[in-house]
Amino acid sequence: MTNRPPETGPFFARDRSIHPPAYAPAYKTSILRSPQRALISLEGTKSEITGPVFGHNMLNPLDNDLILNYARPGEMPIGPRILVHGRVLDERGRGVDGALVEFWQANAGGRYRHKKETYLAAVDPNFGGVGRTITDADGNYWFKTILPGAYPWPNGVNDWRPAHIHFSIFGHGFAQRLITQMYFEGDPMIWQCPIVKTIPDKAAIERLVAALDMNAALPMDMRAYKFDIVLRGRRSTLFENRMEGN
Amino acid sequence: MVQPLHYLKESASQTAGPYVHIGCTPNFVGIEGIFSEDLGSGALYNANAKGERISIRGTVYDGGGNPLKDALIEIWQSDAQGLYNSPSETRGAADPNFRGWGRSPGNMETGEFIFETIKPGKVPFNNGEWMAPHITFWVVARGINIGLQTRMYFPEEADANAVDPVLARVEHKPRLATLIAKKEEGNIYRFDIHLQGDAETVFFDI
Repeated sequence: MTNRPPETGPFFARDRSIHPPAYAPAYKTSILRSPQRALISLEGTKSEITGPVFGHNMLNPLDNDLILNYARPGEMPIGPRILVHGRVLDERGRGVDGALVEFWQANAGGRYRHKKETYLAAVDPNFGGVGRTITDADGNYWFKTILPGAYPWPNGVNDWRPAHIHFSIFGHGFAQRLITQMYFEGDPMIWQCPIVKTIPDKAAIERLVAALDMNAALPMDMRAYKFDIVLRGRRSTLFENRMEGN
Repeated sequence: MVQPLHYLKESASQTAGPYVHIGCTPNFVGIEGIFSEDLGSGALYNANAKGERISIRGTVYDGGGNPLKDALIEIWQSDAQGLYNSPSETRGAADPNFRGWGRSPGNMETGEFIFETIKPGKVPFNNGEWMAPHITFWVVARGINIGLQTRMYFPEEADANAVDPVLARVEHKPRLATLIAKKEEGNIYRFDIHLQGDAETVFFDI
């Protein structure tokens, strides 16, 4: 943790033009699950600018190692080994320290370990597909995993999700709460996907595509992808008698 | 020339998908041995917490009136004195025996979510008026592209609700009923959430 005092200002208004609308009919499930009335706007109150924080002491040593956290002793899951790393930042470019990052994914064949999943690709007995970590003082996070596979889903007749990892992030205020998905550089399935295309802004999609990062790769062990996550910025503390500014 | 601002853009939201439980409540779907317990599960209080113990039960419904069986619901609320257990709380220290945050998956057969918590106190609005006791809800699921924020208020707080500055923002007054829980026997409150249609819950852009 840093010695920076906790920030207490409200958050920047969310720019909803870069987020998916609730109703995006090419993603069929959104049709009945989207509110039809306008959202009621509410500038941040105490109830939204505060939020839970989680201590590093809640983590187990293998929580950010999906290669080992479900494997039987002496075994490992099958698939390309990768390191995923990046920073959690806010819209002002500041690292968000102490942010809980949770992630989940399918295995190398595109099969999720979930009771309701029926895809015929095999479950990997050594892969659970879940992990979590907490960012350091500069907002950095990393985890080791297996490159997930694409998988089919019952939307269009022949729709397949690109390879992706789901992310859930807690910042410092409940208004920063975010769930998103990370995609992989060069995957041609990204631009076919109805869920990706719920996002109306091409640049916003590209910011969800992790870059291959050979500088962070571990030679003879695993390649690396870099994925930065941006949460909402906090309004200036300048007006609250502290001069750190924006 | 206009000076550049250099702000970053927030990462775009994506749906949590049908398998959100793998990441957020793995023990709930049988992935055991990675986390000792699911984060946010169990009562939000311990035996020493101050305040009135309550249960909240509810179901999230789609526009066809069908319960969502794959939703994930989180709540965030103040303690019995109206203080948040957060570093951003500037008015004093919240009850250390109350964590203020909880997470519940909908039951896979019925869709019902359950929270064991305490009744929150009043919290001041930005202009010094008082908000009535309320609990902030956040709902994600397959088919929901960006998490939906709403609030639950209490039916026995009619006087406080009547002057609540947030409820006052809702122009169509019949819709206010969607934000007020129903009291059942014991200390159980029912708070159903309707995503779409005639009974559509009020959602906020916070």
